[in-house]
Amino acid sequence: MAIKILTEHINVPGIETFDVYRQKGGYTAVEKAIKTMTPEAVVEEAKKSGIRGRGGAGFPMGMKWGFLAKPDGVPRYLVCNADESEPGTFKDHHLMKSIPHLLIEGMIISSFALGANKSFIYVRGELMYVIRILEKAIEEAKAKGFLGKNILGSGYDLELIVQSGGGAYICGEETALLESLEGKRGNPRNKPPFPAVKGLYQSPTVVNNVESIANMPWVINNGGEAYAAIGIGRSAGTKLISASGHIEKPGVYEIELGVSVEEFINSDEYCGGVRKGHHLKALVAGGSSVPILPAHLIMKTANGEDRLMSYESLSDGGFATGTMLGSGGFIVFDETACIVRNTWNFARFYHHESCGQCSPCREGTGWMEKVLHRIEHGHGSMHDIDLLVDISKKIEGNTICPLGDAAAWPVASAIRHFREEFVWHITNPKEASLPGAVYQGAMELV
Amino acid sequence: MEEIKSQLVKITFDGIEVEVEPGTTIMQAARKIAEADESQAALVPPAMCYYKPLPTSGGKCRACLVRVAQGSAKDPRPMPKLVPSCITQVQEGMVVENTTNQAVLDTRKSIVEFLLINHPLDCPICDQAGECHLQDFAFEHGSVKTRYEEDRRTFDKIDIGPHVQLHMTRCILCYRCVYTADQITDQRVHGVMNRGDASEISTYIEKAIDNDFSGNVIDVCPVGALTDKTYRFKNRVWFTKPEDAHRDCEKCCGKVTLWYRGEEVIRVTARKNTWGEVNDFICNTCRFDKKKTSDWTLEGPTKVKRSSVISANKYRADLVKKPDFALKLAATQFKNIDDSRPYVTDEDTIRHQSIENNDKANHRSLLSKNN
Repeated sequence: MAIKILTEHINVPGIETFDVYRQKGGYTAVEKAIKTMTPEAVVEEAKKSGIRGRGGAGFPMGMKWGFLAKPDGVPRYLVCNADESEPGTFKDHHLMKSIPHLLIEGMIISSFALGANKSFIYVRGELMYVIRILEKAIEEAKAKGFLGKNILGSGYDLELIVQSGGGAYICGEETALLESLEGKRGNPRNKPPFPAVKGLYQSPTVVNNVESIANMPWVINNGGEAYAAIGIGRSAGTKLISASGHIEKPGVYEIELGVSVEEFINSDEYCGGVRKGHHLKALVAGGSSVPILPAHLIMKTANGEDRLMSYESLSDGGFATGTMLGSGGFIVFDETACIVRNTWNFARFYHHESCGQCSPCREGTGWMEKVLHRIEHGHGSMHDIDLLVDISKKIEGNTICPLGDAAAWPVASAIRHFREEFVWHITNPKEASLPGAVYQGAMELV
Repeated sequence: MEEIKSQLVKITFDGIEVEVEPGTTIMQAARKIAEADESQAALVPPAMCYYKPLPTSGGKCRACLVRVAQGSAKDPRPMPKLVPSCITQVQEGMVVENTTNQAVLDTRKSIVEFLLINHPLDCPICDQAGECHLQDFAFEHGSVKTRYEEDRRTFDKIDIGPHVQLHMTRCILCYRCVYTADQITDQRVHGVMNRGDASEISTYIEKAIDNDFSGNVIDVCPVGALTDKTYRFKNRVWFTKPEDAHRDCEKCCGKVTLWYRGEEVIRVTARKNTWGEVNDFICNTCRFDKKKTSDWTLEGPTKVKRSSVISANKYRADLVKKPDFALKLAATQFKNIDDSRPYVTDEDTIRHQSIENNDKANHRSLLSKNN
């Protein structure tokens, strides 16, 4: 049985209540941290654990905490990014609704480590019922003395505030999230200055993903080194993967980083294989924004090594033959999926969610969507394919925030790996524009 | 003196060394080069959203992206991405490539393309033509072809307040007018609504903009999206003559530019510098109500850049009595014109070339979509 850090008790009845969570060993990490450790020691444990940001970028969390500026007389903030809205990613939602106290315990430890007396959980606006669950859990923790003034008699105060987002994907970008939290329009800020120097209300701020923070209780209880021992190489610990698409058992799975992709897809413990009678065609490994992989690059890397579920192995080969672990939105496609239609769908999403602040993203995402729509509906021409590649290149890297890159990568990679499918759509417009039409040409299936 | 000099930061911009105060942006350093030597004006990165009098503006349009080949003397690594020169501060020993780097120029070309895909290409009927930053930007950095075949986004014209009309179709979402309202008026009632390419400048439920400094949004608008209702479509800007003038105003500095058609003041604007930025913001009384020469103390003709169409010396053309011989001369010269020379408009030339090149997309879009 693989090790479970986050989901060990997730199916215990009543785990969302304080008492049951406490019975299962909850809040011991808060006691240990606040009573026996200094904030610096907690940061040190986070650094030793080697845990990397679980929101998508994979930046080491301890290092991020180390960058936090600490000027005198200026408050510091911790903000938990629970604005999970990437198509294909639903792990934080599952964690928060099932075991809210895990996140709250992590927030207390992390806030203590960073010296923040006011911390925020910014929850996606659509998840109103999760906000109620979290608020109820906060009330319970406050009543038991784990939150509020003078926590456990240590003199440390912490107020935890749950804030609802307004329903915009862009507010999951950390600086847009901060703007939104301040009550402004959720436009990403230009960086530098980074949030660690000037974040929420122009004060030093750390923004972390739900899953990253929820790992902290285990790290404190068992030590950073024990956490680093799990996983493979620089991909330490476990990761929640939201598996969806054409598989037998879609759902949220906690894996030890380093499990092979083949095992993850085919094992009954996880996805249970591609749905019966069908073949694997393509994979989006880390949420809609990462490059799509064709069948022959899923199980093995371009060098013929086994592809593992880890930051390094998935990105092996760069964007030419690799992808990214991203936020862990694992979408599997079988041979009934039309890549052009799927790419158009992703492009439509990014067009709809671009904030409209900087020109390449505002205009480019809409343009790509229109061209893809044309190809999918049988009005494309051959030069449209190169046009799409060119637009995606001109967006990538030239925008304020990574949404531009996220919009460009799926389009560029779909054309890189499935060009013949685009060509088929253009040369067979009548056939291709029929509902459910899928290219049946010489593609490799596994 | 020695001490002050040592505090300055030295950077290399397109191979030219310049010393500037610490905290200066790359854009300002480039402008300093051009101000010292006018022949270097082409080096300066274009600015569509950045506006120096409005702090915190900039970084949005990405027109001024440059490459930093060397971050600083201490850390000589290049910056991984192109950076917006308008908000990136200089470091000692920084090496910046702008017109010397092909990637920068290619990106700039694509920014023009992005800005124009949802902007109508109807300069001949736009009120801003001749003093439009986007027109200049596209002329200098853009391509004559368009690859965009779809419909453009359009909006209805809206009156926002008694003096200002908004034509959102022309807006490039530079946010300058939002910053203006934020920073120089008491209360901002307009902002950006919606997202992505559906974003629009709007007042909340079309609430009128009504305060003494609202007219400045017209001056800061780089395109013809926000226009002066008292001047709109009265004249082409190159037929008017700008004169600097001032008056004692209790609300603002009172230093303006009067735009004359003949003896009549048809428009009042704030004075702008070489980079098209206003020197001082002016109030609505000066802008909209004082339209007689007797209201003002004249200072003399406004200095206009030689490259500007305004300086084409055509103003008052309709009023200056033309000597007869000019017409006769024109008539005789006309006969000498070589008839074999193709006498076509620019658009015809492009169309003709594109047919020759068998460039169907461009040909089609010029014929049908050029709205």
